[in-house]
Amino acid sequence: MRALVVDDSRTMRRIVVRILGQLGYETSEAGNGREALDLLEAGEVYDLACIDWNMPVMDGLELVVAVRERLDWRALTLMMVTTESEHGQIVRALAAGAHEYMIKPFTPDAIRDKLELLGLIPIEENA
Amino acid sequence: MTVAADTFTFVATLVRQRSAIQLEPGKEYLVESRLLPLARQAGAAGVDEYVRGLRTQPRPLEYERVVEALTTNETSWFRDATPFQALTRHVVPELALAHPGLRSLRVWSAACSTGQEPYSIAMALAESAPSLEVQITATDLSEEVLARGRAGRYSQLEVNRGLPATMLVQHFERVGIEWALSQRIRRAVTFSRHNLLHAPPAGGPYDIIFLRNVLIYFDLATKQEVLRRVQSVMRPGGFLLLGGAETTIGIDAAWERVPVGRSSVYRLNARRSA
Repeated sequence: MRALVVDDSRTMRRIVVRILGQLGYETSEAGNGREALDLLEAGEVYDLACIDWNMPVMDGLELVVAVRERLDWRALTLMMVTTESEHGQIVRALAAGAHEYMIKPFTPDAIRDKLELLGLIPIEENA
Repeated sequence: MTVAADTFTFVATLVRQRSAIQLEPGKEYLVESRLLPLARQAGAAGVDEYVRGLRTQPRPLEYERVVEALTTNETSWFRDATPFQALTRHVVPELALAHPGLRSLRVWSAACSTGQEPYSIAMALAESAPSLEVQITATDLSEEVLARGRAGRYSQLEVNRGLPATMLVQHFERVGIEWALSQRIRRAVTFSRHNLLHAPPAGGPYDIIFLRNVLIYFDLATKQEVLRRVQSVMRPGGFLLLGGAETTIGIDAAWERVPVGRSSVYRLNARRSA
């Protein structure tokens, strides 16, 4: 499984990368939506993208919209990982095409739970 | 740092007598970490001193708090996912097939903790079987967790645990720093205090019983006793859902396992329940 972690905070990227690594993911990083699009347009293929909302150059919501416009990227699962916690913002992200939404702060278990929901890790029966 | 042997023995005996949960040797760390807040509140220097106080001056209410502190478990929404898929894709369709014109369902969520399980059941059924009237009886040993369940308010960290974002926006509202569950979902669930070793709760017989991640804490005789009590309130043809590490096999022959996708559900053997 391959994941792209999109966040302008290096610290946050490290945290998410470490959690995903422990779940068996191979990860790449992008500092904003534009960098993420560049990787996708260069032909990189990912199963999952964890996307922050507020970033310079191109924000997370714009990235979600851009990814959803491309039929050939339909297999990519998009999860917002953001401090934006208003009800209306979550609705906006889901309406734009995000599959899941994680509000910071979160625990590693919360990431695992979300990936289980998305069918992106084997479910631990005894968890 | 850990607790003294006589502290552990006293606490393990108390917990076993009141909840039937076995605290095996090696769980001293659990006693230490769960009881330290109570010890501090009581003004004791540590868990050993706190428990010494309880032994010399028995205080039933404080005993309750000790048992609650050691029997409350972490919980998440749609825990393990597969039981809820089994519920909506297999259990409810089977019940509808067996009872044409099925209009209501009674569900018991045993050891429900702070309410995530019964509310997950309510949300799953509201989506998959909106025409059914669903009544869920949610029980736990701990008054403290029941009160939290009744309130139906959860922190950000709690809603992050396993709750699909679509359900969060559909059934919850932001209230300050918490998320409040909708009246519609809360109305489906009634919380009451119950000890699994006592007579089953009112509200039965039940079509579906969730008894998940409970039996693992009990010895064989207690597992059999609990399953017998569950059987007594199970409607014929009803379904029992256990935790992923649990089974009735080798414990109680009255039940048969029905594999559903990656998990299993249980129902009373047709021969016995006929």
